[in-house]
Amino acid sequence: MPAHAGLADLSDSLLVAAVLCYVVAMLGYAAELAFGTRRRALPPIAGGSTETLPDRWADVAAGTTPRPDGRDRAGQIGRDRAGQIGRDRAAQIGRDRAGLVGRAAVVVTAVGWLLHVVAVVTRGLAVERVPWGNMYEFSSVVCLAAVTGFLVLVARQPVRHLGAVVMLPVVIYLGLGATVLYAPASPLVPALNSYWLKIHVAAAAIASGTFMVAFAATLLYLVQDLRERRVTADGAGDAPGRGRLPSAAALDTIAYRVTAFAFPVWTFAVIAGAIWAEAAWGRYWGWDPKETWAFITWVLYAGYLHARPLPRWQGRRAAVVSTVAFVALMFCYFGVNLWISGLHSYAGVD
Amino acid sequence: MSATTSARASLRQSWRSLTSMRTALVLLFLLAVAAVPGSLLPQRPIDPVAVQRYISRHDVAGRVYDALGFFDTFGAPWFVGLYALLCVSLVGCLMPRIRLHTRALRGRPPAPPRSFERLAGHARLETAAPVTGALDVVAALLRRRRWRVERRTHDDGSESVAAEKGLLRETGNLAFHVGVLAVIAGVAVGALIGYEGRAIVVEGTGFTNTAVAYDELEPGRLRGVDELPPFTLVLDDFDAEYTAGGQPTDFLADVRYAEGLDEPDATARLRVNHPLSVAGSRVYLLAHGYAPHIVVRDRTGQVIYDEVTPFLPQDGSFLSTGVVKVPDVVPGLPQIGVRAAFIPTVDVAADGRLYSRFPDARAPALSYEAFAGDLGLDSGVPQNVYELETAGLVRTGGGFLLPGETSEPLAGGATMTFVGFREWANLQVARDPAQGVVLVAAVVALAGLVTSLRVRRRRVWVRGSAGRGGTVLDVGGLPRRDRAAFVAEFDALIERLSAALPPAQTVTAQTVTAQTVTPETVTAETEEP
Repeated sequence: MPAHAGLADLSDSLLVAAVLCYVVAMLGYAAELAFGTRRRALPPIAGGSTETLPDRWADVAAGTTPRPDGRDRAGQIGRDRAGQIGRDRAAQIGRDRAGLVGRAAVVVTAVGWLLHVVAVVTRGLAVERVPWGNMYEFSSVVCLAAVTGFLVLVARQPVRHLGAVVMLPVVIYLGLGATVLYAPASPLVPALNSYWLKIHVAAAAIASGTFMVAFAATLLYLVQDLRERRVTADGAGDAPGRGRLPSAAALDTIAYRVTAFAFPVWTFAVIAGAIWAEAAWGRYWGWDPKETWAFITWVLYAGYLHARPLPRWQGRRAAVVSTVAFVALMFCYFGVNLWISGLHSYAGVD
Repeated sequence: MSATTSARASLRQSWRSLTSMRTALVLLFLLAVAAVPGSLLPQRPIDPVAVQRYISRHDVAGRVYDALGFFDTFGAPWFVGLYALLCVSLVGCLMPRIRLHTRALRGRPPAPPRSFERLAGHARLETAAPVTGALDVVAALLRRRRWRVERRTHDDGSESVAAEKGLLRETGNLAFHVGVLAVIAGVAVGALIGYEGRAIVVEGTGFTNTAVAYDELEPGRLRGVDELPPFTLVLDDFDAEYTAGGQPTDFLADVRYAEGLDEPDATARLRVNHPLSVAGSRVYLLAHGYAPHIVVRDRTGQVIYDEVTPFLPQDGSFLSTGVVKVPDVVPGLPQIGVRAAFIPTVDVAADGRLYSRFPDARAPALSYEAFAGDLGLDSGVPQNVYELETAGLVRTGGGFLLPGETSEPLAGGATMTFVGFREWANLQVARDPAQGVVLVAAVVALAGLVTSLRVRRRRVWVRGSAGRGGTVLDVGGLPRRDRAAFVAEFDALIERLSAALPPAQTVTAQTVTAQTVTPETVTAETEEP
């Protein structure tokens, strides 16, 4: 029975509000990414002269500097300079507006994050224990870790565009958590009643959330890498929208750094879990399905960290390894908890 | 080339490829894949009954998996072989690196390169101090900031300072890998000299630490089953506490125990997550259940079965099933088998079926089905005590009993009485003398891992030459990786240096850093084992 039903309800409502914020933010990031396509949607320029451009844009274009690369889209080189500048400027305005949307999305994310923090805290107060005792609560904390990681990243580097890809799994994860995995506020089952719950599960949640951010960067890297390759193959030079998305190399670096942070945390979570297992079950390692998948995940991420500096594994191959590792992590959570019965069957899901 | 040298060459070649990073990576990924069947299929060391059931249900696949060792994945030769190979590869990779690193630790920072122009950071400082004095100041400042510093006077009479930081990165890296190896070694030693067993103990009964007392026992390979440390334990009382909704909140097992063969008089309360230490072993409370007390009498009223039989809980409502096998009814008459369900808090569902409304025994009842025939107990084939094979048996009746009630005749005039029930606790007893070593090794590995991922290796050189009214210092810096972070550090260092040096008449401290910060990926990064 919930000790404080009112608080538990408040927590649920706050979480819903946080998810709504994340959805709005996700749309914002996506809009910012997609805005560049407006340039493609411009009317085709007959003969490439200035007259075909709207006056307003041409006016704006006067006296402005073109983008350093002097063109906006691969394959459109060689038009007359004025038209080119006009179109660049148009894109610039579009991008500024998109940038505004992107910055607003960050603000909305931060608001959602605040609501999320309060939701987790009130859940903890409602159940009078750490708020990560079942899958619903754990999902919430994992996503909080992911959003926190993303916001920290955004504060340090211009990687706002990662938002669309970070928010998507966060929203799915939270959505699943609040529907399929939902469990009403209740005390812990005896097996979980240990201070190791605070340590082991918190570490697992932080690592999972951070891996999620790394996964988003990896996905974006794979997309951007494909684009850059295609453009190079076309021989057209610059990639479309290069100014918007960070370069593949930069995304790769972000993914690596974030993984390098998450991996020791995951290692610690596994060690703490082993210590707890020793106290609860009399052995620190017993190849329980959860332990096995934690091991598989650990081995795959270790493989990624070792592979990435190797010349022949750099880039796409390392990214594939990291993606597979993330899939293993997700299976370690959803697959093991919901489909396989083992000692970690505390999902609280009927 | 003689045969021996070519053999030695090919041996060296295969050793080299075994200890290469690529091989290690491939082995690592194979290890991950190899662990998968162990999580998806039932495992013999954990649940041999489930394995048997799986094989009988999936005829061909079951036998193929069995032949491949999938039901004991983590003990299978290919799994052990895989991680043994990985260990060998790791050792082969580590040894030269440890040698190299100890040499680097004892060695001195290398002499400055001829030109600083192409380094990630370079700057020029002017100071009024003479060359030697200025470089002394630089060396002292770098030492204070925990750089390894080497002061040199070159053949041409020029002087320089070379400094290096971040050797700890490789130390951490090596500590991580040595730690991982030590964990694997500790696990292996534990499996050789430790032991682990599980036993179901009913309230009011005792348990002595001998092989026969266990339902399952995994003695270490080097330890015989008769070498278990002796102790006795009696389960006086078991209690489960629940919320009003039926969710368990606590399990309490009150026990008396003693080392050796003494009368057990020390008392303890066992709980989940709170094991009991006795005779160097630890006793854990794993699970619990109900054990109905059933008495079977033949038609003359003589007791032919009187036992408290542990039943296995089927779900959270603790509806528990079990089997009563009565072999000795009357010579010549068929044997009796009873399949029964203990229902802790009995209720009737809308469709008329009985179910348990609550896990605690508030209104216990026993529902049963009786069979007669040859139970096959003398066939020599081992049987599961919790299951009744009803093929070849005749169903002779069924019903439902409250405590104290006696059934209609089951077969041959025999009747069954549901006397009452007790609770049982599933205890795990374990001892692993190597687990302390494993813990220390794991902590060392983790500390090494964090160090190797956080610390960056970088070098700074300072060359002094006499200038107008003092000294001109050329400073160059080179990171092993991560130029962007280094450039910031380098700039801060230059500021510190120019603050520490006596200013020249006209101080010019201009920092020239790399024009374009190339992405980290482009700079060659070293292989790590």
